Amino acid sequence: MNKLFESELKVINIGLKSFKETLDEQKVQSVQVDWKPPLISDSSSFDVIRKYSDKIEDANKEALKRILNSKPVLVGMGKAIDVIPGMKKNLLLHAGPPIVWDKMCGPMKGAVIGALIYEGFAKTYDEAEKVAASGKIEFSPCHEHATVGPMAGIVSPSMPVFILENEEFGNKAFCTMNEGLGKVLRYGAYDESVIGRLRWMENVLYPSLKKAIDKIGKIDLKNIIAQALHMGDEVHNRNRAATSLLYRILAPVIVEVNEKDAAISTLNFINSNDHFFLNLSMGVSKVSLDAARNIENSSIVVVMARNGTEFGIQLSGTGDQWFTGISPIPEALYFTGYTKDDANPDIGDSSITETNGLGGFAIAASPAIVQFVGGSTNDAVNYTLKMYEITTAENNIYKIPYLNFRGTPTGIDVIKVIEKNILPFIDTGVAHKNAGIGQIGAGVLEAPADPFKKAFIGFANQLKNN
Amino acid sequence: MMVTGILKRGEYFDSVSLMLIAKKISELDIVLDSAAVMGTPENIALLKSSGLLTDELQNAGDMDLMIAFKCNSQNESDLISKKINEFLKKSSDEIESPGSQNPSSLESAIKILPDANLAMISVAGKYAGDEAMKALQSGLNVMLFSDNVSIEKEIELKKFAREKGLFVMGPDCGTAIINGVPLAFANVVNRGNIGIIAASGTGLQEVSCLISNSGCGISQAIGTGGRDVKKEVGGIMFLEGIKALAEDKNTEVILSVSKPPADEVLIKVVELVNTIEKPIVGVFLNASIDLLKQSKINIAKTLEEGALLAVAYSQKKNNKEVTKRINVREGELQRIAESESSKLNADQKYLRALFSGGTFCDETQMFFQKMSEEVFSNTPVGTVIKLKDIWKSEKHTIIDLGDDEFTVGKPHPMIDYSTRNKRILAEANDPETAVILLDIVLGYGSNLNPLAEIIPVIKEVKKLTSQQKKYLPVICSVTGTEKDPQNRTTVVVALEAEGVLVMESNAAASKLAKFLIEKKR
Repeated sequence: MNKLFESELKVINIGLKSFKETLDEQKVQSVQVDWKPPLISDSSSFDVIRKYSDKIEDANKEALKRILNSKPVLVGMGKAIDVIPGMKKNLLLHAGPPIVWDKMCGPMKGAVIGALIYEGFAKTYDEAEKVAASGKIEFSPCHEHATVGPMAGIVSPSMPVFILENEEFGNKAFCTMNEGLGKVLRYGAYDESVIGRLRWMENVLYPSLKKAIDKIGKIDLKNIIAQALHMGDEVHNRNRAATSLLYRILAPVIVEVNEKDAAISTLNFINSNDHFFLNLSMGVSKVSLDAARNIENSSIVVVMARNGTEFGIQLSGTGDQWFTGISPIPEALYFTGYTKDDANPDIGDSSITETNGLGGFAIAASPAIVQFVGGSTNDAVNYTLKMYEITTAENNIYKIPYLNFRGTPTGIDVIKVIEKNILPFIDTGVAHKNAGIGQIGAGVLEAPADPFKKAFIGFANQLKNN
Repeated sequence: MMVTGILKRGEYFDSVSLMLIAKKISELDIVLDSAAVMGTPENIALLKSSGLLTDELQNAGDMDLMIAFKCNSQNESDLISKKINEFLKKSSDEIESPGSQNPSSLESAIKILPDANLAMISVAGKYAGDEAMKALQSGLNVMLFSDNVSIEKEIELKKFAREKGLFVMGPDCGTAIINGVPLAFANVVNRGNIGIIAASGTGLQEVSCLISNSGCGISQAIGTGGRDVKKEVGGIMFLEGIKALAEDKNTEVILSVSKPPADEVLIKVVELVNTIEKPIVGVFLNASIDLLKQSKINIAKTLEEGALLAVAYSQKKNNKEVTKRINVREGELQRIAESESSKLNADQKYLRALFSGGTFCDETQMFFQKMSEEVFSNTPVGTVIKLKDIWKSEKHTIIDLGDDEFTVGKPHPMIDYSTRNKRILAEANDPETAVILLDIVLGYGSNLNPLAEIIPVIKEVKKLTSQQKKYLPVICSVTGTEKDPQNRTTVVVALEAEGVLVMESNAAASKLAKFLIEKKR
């Protein structure tokens, strides 16, 4: 029989706030739910998902077990052509979902031009443009080659890359070395200074770092990120602490195994770039999430990535299928002289960090950059708190001091995104829409709804066929 | 006059924000009529029927905000549009203001309040059913304030709840009092030994207030939503509610209130009641009571009689005293009617009853079933005829202003008096109006300052009638208690000071109106 009459009344109020106010006046304990209608109103997909809810829950538990138990370590370096699966001489990898040359945005085109010049396919912009459009060059998403790249994310065959291994599951991931700020390839710059730096990185930085890493053997990157979260990083828009921690590990060995000049320039380069760790935090996320791919019936998001034109996601349970929508322009703080009119739509694979419970999802750990999210630490905390609504687990390693060391919200469930009408929150840098100008601001954005809607429907259809 | 439509694509506002926006728009002097609603097919149809549908609003979708208003010129329209944009901006600022973050879902709310035992749900009907099911699955009782929940969903919810030993109050349940706590539209009443089960929100408010004002009190008051007692739902929660009250140790008397239940349901109620020891009183407005004659239920004809019978049982007094008390009061009402009717002129023949409470509209119609002249209503019962145009009274007219046709894009008339106020003035201007009958419902959920809304109109009526050299009686019942935030006595005193004939119940008010009409003949 109903126990209500014998219990103290405690109410959850979903809807009109005035009812909650009345309860407050009556001193009745209650919680207000800020409810929004689901992103999809057609009930047929929901019916299918409800029918399979037990299977989905089991599959998602398995996916989260894999993400959380992943042990990403840095094990070495190599040339892209030698180590990245499927890499070949005429292939360029790019950020985000698949895209053809004609559809690429300015910064991505610029980065392609730069990479073609760097690889010796062309000498001038015009030549490179012809080569890019000729069909002789193939393009493929980094994500389809166990690789991630920030902004344009262009990886060409000769570029040196870090090799990360997931010790628990044996899979690998690859990422380039961060070039620093200013005129850089990832923002679509391709002039001599950019190409010159890329060559220096290949000829000086790469061997110097490779020797050091080989000497160390392996570096536990998960541990570095866990510490960095306690030091004010969220390892997407702020990597100062993580870069410093990595520097402490590398510095003595770099000095030990290199000639003096090489060691000095290597250490100065890392020291001058607060974002040096960014590519590694992306690689860590990639190698962890890849372990959770292809789990039948799992609605967990394993990729969120943008190519500057489209925003695409992949789910664990829907294999290699991309679900895409138009990439939005971020809400940002712009550097002096630039406005939103100059901004390129959001670009880069770096939203893999949010997919892994870092970046925007961990912004409550990073009070130093709250000016990007509205100015108050309260805003940052609220953003993180909101992300618990759409995730499946709290991270076992990545923790937020301010939230009493609560684990970061990890494992985006597309069903929760649709049901609750809450979209993932992403930290981001903003590229100028024209090639070669570089970064013009930093800020945040809400992921667009379309990819999630399509993924939800695609997932429901897949369930019917399983 | 012109109609302007503003379509805001993809801008979802919850209903209370919409109400606030709608109220602010309607308060602008130059706005003649207005609505602010989401673009559901039903709302588009409603806008169309009130002449507010413009071309740009035709293609609105569920997630689009529609705002429409009438005004006199393009200049005014531009000014109003600008104001509306300010209201909207302010509203979204309020929603997104930082601070303690509310959870966005039931599951997160449960993490914050793990021993929650009731979910109050007032989101749009098409989503409310799913939210209610989630709450039941989490072991919570449900009060479902939302309407427009399908009957199939209602049955599914109630069957599931019955299995799990939980309540589903609603859909369309506006009132309940659980463990002494008034929920949604409810009054602050004494606690006591009378348990109420009601398929009528206003009915529940009226009986609970009358009981409390008689010095007795309420143990529990369970609302079921009006559709529960229909054949399809089969009275699932009405029956479960009676069982719960029968077992509740603090309940000694059971009072059941409803519009006429389906015969199948009534038979089940009778069977159940015959197994219960506690005295039970039943108010089934407009029901044919043949089925009840053999049952243990003590039948009351009006909400007031039901409340008084329950009070008599509660105080273990003879229920004959109730009949006596009502008879004595009838004599008083006759005398008042005599004196009031003598002040009317020859043209003044008809009743104009304007209700904010739907159940009052039904109850009053019960008194006006066998009149020599026709009786009209927008929600007719029995011999009463459906009004051709709800905005225009004919002969005797009894209106429920809380019905959907009147409330498109506007708050309920218990909150927003503006539609009824306009109608009061129109009736006062009609030379054939002999008496205006009103209700004022106090308590939580209702307008917190009803006098500011009603007194200016009463003054206006007096001015108007004295200009027209006639007298027009205004009768009003006030449903509420001394402990209500509005305070019943304050409201009654202010109304009486303006010459309004204030009655203790809608039954008394309706009878007075009827006597007055009869004396006039």
